[in-house]
Amino acid sequence: METFLHQVIAGLATGGIYASVALALVMIYQATHHVNFAQGEIAMFSTYIAWSLIQAGMPYWVAFFLTIVIAFVLGVLVERIIVRPVEQAPVLSVVVVFIGLLVIFNSLAGWIYTYTIKTFPSPFPEKPPFGTHLVSSHEIGAVGVTLVVLALLYSFFRFTPLGLAMRAAAQNPESSRLVGIRVGWMLALGWGLASAIGAIAGMMVAPIVFLDPNMMSGILLYAFAAALVGGIDNPGGAVLGGFIVGVLENVLGAYVIGNDLKLSVALVLIIGVLVIRPSGLFGRVHVTRV
Amino acid sequence: MSAKQLVVSAGVSIGLALAAPYALAQKKYDAGASDTEIKIGNTMPYSGPASAYGTIGKAAAAYIKKINEEGGVNGRKINFISVDDGYSPPKTVEMARKLVEQDQVLLLWGPLGTPSNTAIQKYMNAKKVPQLHVYTGATKWNDPKNFPWTMGWQPSYQAEARIYAAHLLKTKPDAKVAILYQNDDYGKDYLKGFKDGLGAKAATMIIKEVSYETSDPTVDSQIVQLQGSGADVFFNITTPKFAAQAIRKAYDIGWKPVQYLNSVSASIGSVLKPAGVEKAVGIFSVEYLKDPQDPAFANDKGMNEWREFMKKYYPEGNITDVFNVSGYASIQTLIQVLKQCGDNLTRENVMKQAANLKNFEVNVLLDGIKINTSPTDFAPIEQEQMAKFDGKEWVRFGETFGK
Repeated sequence: METFLHQVIAGLATGGIYASVALALVMIYQATHHVNFAQGEIAMFSTYIAWSLIQAGMPYWVAFFLTIVIAFVLGVLVERIIVRPVEQAPVLSVVVVFIGLLVIFNSLAGWIYTYTIKTFPSPFPEKPPFGTHLVSSHEIGAVGVTLVVLALLYSFFRFTPLGLAMRAAAQNPESSRLVGIRVGWMLALGWGLASAIGAIAGMMVAPIVFLDPNMMSGILLYAFAAALVGGIDNPGGAVLGGFIVGVLENVLGAYVIGNDLKLSVALVLIIGVLVIRPSGLFGRVHVTRV
Repeated sequence: MSAKQLVVSAGVSIGLALAAPYALAQKKYDAGASDTEIKIGNTMPYSGPASAYGTIGKAAAAYIKKINEEGGVNGRKINFISVDDGYSPPKTVEMARKLVEQDQVLLLWGPLGTPSNTAIQKYMNAKKVPQLHVYTGATKWNDPKNFPWTMGWQPSYQAEARIYAAHLLKTKPDAKVAILYQNDDYGKDYLKGFKDGLGAKAATMIIKEVSYETSDPTVDSQIVQLQGSGADVFFNITTPKFAAQAIRKAYDIGWKPVQYLNSVSASIGSVLKPAGVEKAVGIFSVEYLKDPQDPAFANDKGMNEWREFMKKYYPEGNITDVFNVSGYASIQTLIQVLKQCGDNLTRENVMKQAANLKNFEVNVLLDGIKINTSPTDFAPIEQEQMAKFDGKEWVRFGETFGK
């Protein structure tokens, strides 16, 4: 029983990782209606930037916020320079561009920082909380950070004119343009924000899995499953989806299907959701008038 | 083979046989070798999940640069064509074909990875192109009867696992063992060697085995399962990133078993330091190379030569990374083989000389370890010594195991 409980808690901790990356996926989907496969790699790359800043002697929190700003700029630049020209292209071309970005960022990080794993510092205490061995302070802290990001994101899209304008630009570019929203910049802003959220996710993930150029490749798959389970247009759903995937993966892996089929859990979830309920558990069902 | 081809090849063989008495004095070449150049092909995971090993290829290339600057091997420059296979077996097949058929290399040296080498083994043997000093510890490379064109270099995983089993039987015969292994040939090879080593007691001593996939973000869940089994010995068969995660997680959740760590991940710099050295105290492993982080070798002659070499030829490389020592040592083995080949640079002679190393020593291997091969023994390094991590360095103890 204790082991079961431990599995669930470890699952929640890993779920927190998936949730934070899923949030970035939801962000970019909200803003551009694209699913960005390079999201994880951009997050990983930003984490390396943070690592360099910290190595250069910068205090953790300064590096943390500076990295978010740098990641934001990086996201905007990627949109302006690389994604913009294919804006009108068929969706498959866009997917290919995203996969290209994925490979480029991965190789770039390997080239600059090598593939040897690096430790990334955690801002949270080293000692486990409440005298328990079940979970580390960093894992709890990371979940907390994810929830804060979620709250910010939720309020941003719900209550601020800019957030509303971004949603409008993604859902109906033509009408938005007619009411004076600068759609192009909204998309760039969406990329910037998604990249910034990714950077936060990366900096929270790295202390747990160690920093290396392939840090995000496995995680991104699980994050996709999480985002889809929760509903790709619902930040809250994506976070909950992350926890569900994390716990499900651990419990099924340990007691039902065995560890070698854990990744299949994520893939079955992705396909299952797409077939049975494409909008996810908490997503809105879109009805289009023809 | 058609009748015509048969006649031609028979004719050629007879011609060769007749020419044989004069061959010693004459220069003989297969594709990839000439008076001025020897072409060597290589595949490495410079990208992808196993890319931490890529530095082995870079260290080897740097050493070849040094050899070329010093005049080459028997007057011939070495052209080292090292390509990225991303640790993906289909890619390795594609690259091996390209190297053999387009680039026309004399031999393929040091392709890395058990699955990658498995994928090309049949092809290389059918083509009769040497697949030399493959970078994997799988036991199957030592099979001269069925695969006379394939040879390993490092000690085999099974041999290593048997050393742990012997140590365990001697020091803790009533142990309850939990095992974490990577779910592929490499992991299963260790598992088999360990079980063979425990013999009849394997069934009762091993109480839990769990696997992981390289796509898993963490192995936390697996460690929790192993702890839950109540085991007091942990055999950690994982690659560097997962090894660091496992050591750290076991410590963090308060599980304190006796730990055996496969030498694949015994690097202090890229595994134990990231995991936290205080969490790795007391772990057992084996060694055959000198670890650059080990203070015992701070003034070692061989290691100083290696440091000089790194400074001059591979300055961007990490001088705390044992993989750079490994690449430096293994490529020297190839150079020795080529030296022994003299002016007879046929593929057949390359294999013959590779299987004819006698007490060859590389000064970055642990003292006393000698490389020996014969036509029936395709396992160059077979000696290892056990070591225990004391929080700062690997402290070697006992004699060198193996022959």
